[in-house]
Parts: sequence; C-alpha cells; structure tokens
Amino acid sequence: MMMTQLEQLQTTKGAVQVEGLSVTFRNRGHETHVLDSIQLGIRPGEFVCLLGPSGCGKSTLLNVVAGFIKPTAGYVMVDQAPIMRPGADRGFVFQQYSLLPWKTAFQNIELGLKIRGMAKGDRTELVHDYLNRVGLYKHRNSYPHQMSGGMQQRASIVRALVNSPSVLLMDEPFAALDAQTRHMMQELLLNIWDDLKTTVIFVTHDIEEAIFLGDRICIMGVQPGHIKAELPVGLRRPRHFDDTLSAEFVNLHRQVFECIREETMKSMEGCL
Amino acid sequence: MAVSVPRVGYPHWLAQVSHALNSLLLSSRSARRLLALVLFFGIWQILCVIDFDFFINFQFVPSPVEVFKATLTFFTESPWVHFRSSISRVLWGYAAASGLGVLLGIMIGWFVVAEDLLMPPLELLRPIPAVAWIPLAILMFPNAESGMIFITFVGAFFPVLISTINGVESTLSDTVLIRVGQCLGAKPWHIFKDIVVPGSLPSIASGLVIGMGNAWFCLVTAEILAGRYGIGYITWESYVVSNYPPIVMGMLLIGLMGAFSSWAVSRAMEALMPWRVIKKQGSV
Repeated sequence: MMMTQLEQLQTTKGAVQVEGLSVTFRNRGHETHVLDSIQLGIRPGEFVCLLGPSGCGKSTLLNVVAGFIKPTAGYVMVDQAPIMRPGADRGFVFQQYSLLPWKTAFQNIELGLKIRGMAKGDRTELVHDYLNRVGLYKHRNSYPHQMSGGMQQRASIVRALVNSPSVLLMDEPFAALDAQTRHMMQELLLNIWDDLKTTVIFVTHDIEEAIFLGDRICIMGVQPGHIKAELPVGLRRPRHFDDTLSAEFVNLHRQVFECIREETMKSMEGCL
Repeated sequence: MAVSVPRVGYPHWLAQVSHALNSLLLSSRSARRLLALVLFFGIWQILCVIDFDFFINFQFVPSPVEVFKATLTFFTESPWVHFRSSISRVLWGYAAASGLGVLLGIMIGWFVVAEDLLMPPLELLRPIPAVAWIPLAILMFPNAESGMIFITFVGAFFPVLISTINGVESTLSDTVLIRVGQCLGAKPWHIFKDIVVPGSLPSIASGLVIGMGNAWFCLVTAEILAGRYGIGYITWESYVVSNYPPIVMGMLLIGLMGAFSSWAVSRAMEALMPWRVIKKQGSV
C-alpha cells in the first residue's frame, strides 16, 4: 500500500516548464547570447535528453533549472513554482567528480538528509538502502580518492536521489568514464529511474547515450543556443544494451546525426 | 636464455660495491636523509679544518667538533631551565597566534565586512619584522616574559592568518564544491561547516607549520629581552661575550626544536585529514 502511494506521489511531481528563457553573459562590455527564447515542457517522470554540440548552451540551460544561473529573460517553473535559487528539490549530478573529498561515500550521501534535519537512524537506513541499490554498500566508508570514477559517479547520483528530488539534473555525468563503465552506468541509471520515476533532464553530446536513455531528445542548435528539434524515442522499456543494435535505434541515430551535424559545422566555423 | 656479457676492465667486486651502495642509499629514504646530514656536517668540518677563505671566511667559524664540545659542556650544566623557558615562550606565542590567526583568517575569508575592517591595518603591520617590535614590546607589556611571548606571536601570526584567508577564498572559488552544497539545500552555515572549513584545512595546516617554524625563528629576537634563561638568550649572550661555539650550538638547537615542532604540527594536521593522498615523483 505504502509503495503505491509513494509511486503516485513520485509520478505527479516533477513537471518542468521553461518559458521564453534567454540567457546573455556580459563580460567586459562584450555580450554573448547563450540561450535564445527556449520553450520546453517536461512531464512528471519523463526522461529528457538535451543533446547538442559544445557551445550550444545545454549546460547553461541545466544550470538555470538548477538555479545556479539567473535567466536574462523568461523563467523556469518546477511544479508551478518559479525557480529563484538552487535547492534540494532539484538534484544535480556534475560532470566532474564532485564528492566532497573529506567525506566518505556514506557521509557524502547523508549530507542532504542531515541538512534537512532527518533523524540519524532514519537517515542511516535510507542511505544504506540506496548504497545497496548501486552496489556501493561495502565501499560506504571509503573516501572518494579510494573509489574509481564509476563508483564516484554512482555515489553522486545516489547523493542527489536520496533527497527524493522532483527533478534530477545530470550534466554529462558519464563523459569522463571509459566506454565499458559508461554503458554499465547507463543501464544502472535506467534501473533506478524505473523504480523512482523521477523526472530526469540529462545533458549529453553523445547521440547513442541520448537515444538509449531518453523518452525524448531535444536537439539544440548554436549561435545562440536554441532548441532545434524534438524527437520522441519510441524504443520499448526496459531497455537493454542489445537495443542499440536494433533497426529502430540505428534509424533514429541517423536522423539525429543529420540534424546535429549541421549545428556542429556551424559551431566549428572559423576553426576550419 | 640469459646471456652474460663479460665486461672488460671493470672488476666484479666494484660493481657489487656500487650496487650495494646504490641500493642502500637510493632505495631507503632514511638512508638518503642521513647521508644528507653527514655530508652537511662533513663539508662544514672540512671547510673549518682547511681554514677556507674565499669571499666567505671560515677561519673564525667554530667547527662541528668544537660545537659538539660546547654542547656537551652546556648539557652538563643544568640545561633544562633554558629549554623550559624557551619552549614555554614559543608555545604560548604560537598558541595565541594560531588561535587568533585561524579565527581572523576565517572571518576575513568568509565575510566581506570583516575583510574591509581588518585587512588594512593587518597588511600595514605584516611587513614589520619581529626585531622592530622589541622597543614597543618593552613599553607595552608589564614584564619581559609577556613581551617575549608577544614577539614569538608576531612571528607565527601572519603566516597562519594569510594561509587561512587563502584557504577559505580558494575553497569559495571552487564553483563545483559550492554548487554541490547549494543543490543539497545547504544554508550558508552548512556550506561553511561542511565545505569551506574542511576545504581550507590543507592551507590552514601549511600556515600552522610555517607559523611554528617562524615562532622559533623569532626566539633569539624575543630573548634579547630575557634576563637569564633561554636558548635564544644563550645565543645572544655568547655573541656579546665573543664566545663563538655556543652561538652555533644555540642556532642548531633552535633549528632542531623548530624542525621537530614543525614536524609534530604537520603530523597532527595529517591525522586530521585522512582523506588526503599525496603522490610525489619518485615516491613509492
């Protein structure tokens, strides 16, 4: 009974509305338009991938949702509440290894709950549960420098999820990992997401990754950053690594590739 | 199949000896460190024995053997009162300097208002050497003892302060660490306690180690004020009466105690930071 209520709660929260969002950076009188009137609606529980060449502003968009960067125009709302500042309702997984070096895996994951004031017994139980889910229980007392890159990113994901955020924001979280570990992490992420059904906004420049993970891919263009195309991914779930070889996957890959190639050329103009 | 190549004109035993020396001296770090000290004292002794005089004159420099004799004499004549006086001065000065240095450093690094209100006078005082404080130390403090503690305090305070400020500021400039805290719902207090303080600890530690060295550094200066006791006092007094070996002995004792206490501080700080790994070139 408990579980179904929890699931319902999970699937009804996490609606994201991006409305006319523009971001302009000013640096010594020089203005750079990073994002131009972005319009984007995300359903609760949806897995959306932001895909684009470097410099398209995909990370900036994610940072605005997180509340790290203030929009120049427009706004972002999560569950009808406008974003003013960063908060625990939007979990964030960084591209860099971002565990606090002076805390063990357990202490890192526990921090958000501690800040929120959860009782020690409850928080230990919850953290242990999450550590088990991602196979890190026996490494709970390790410091980040004693953990591999993949282990650190698993701990980072759990650190965000343990606070049961409405939205999970991921900024190229697997970009620094080797190919094998990356595939494992993608499958692991889908498994957890399948349980929790948290809304995910996942930034990547890897087409395969975007198709494998997402319900929908937003392809972003450059100069200034805008959403060029949105493609639903119809692949059945749960997904397995074999699916990347299916005709459907390959077709989608080609489609996305064509679309993104043009933008990559644009962003490389002047370099070639 | 191993093929042995006979080497002409190179005796086998020589190779063995050089190999043994090599493995003894280069593989063991403590052997290397011991060798450094042996070379240091050995070269010093040789320079004294040959009366080296080329730009730098070693004719009047006491040799290590003379210094050793002076040390033996010193240790037969109740040395502990000197040690006790010096150590207590350094420790009091250092305790005050590290407490105040870390406290003010954290405040200056964290609060803009504290930086504006405290930094200008501190920057003004910072370049003043300890020896220049002697007249004021005599005028300001009720007795010589507190004046001496103040002089060692001056030596230790600024490195601790500046390193602490740097540590806090560099942690605050680490965007990812601060953002990690923010998106876990951290209030400024949590960011301070869980991120900024541990993040600046390595820098604070180096300030504390340098500060400890500087406190000893200022001991001779401080004990110019002393009436009778102290290692720095002996050093200064021997200079006044032109008895040279005890000067060098005093210098070396200060060096030794300074090095030991800096080492102790750095070990204590390492114990506080089990998360740190330091891999150097050539370390095993």
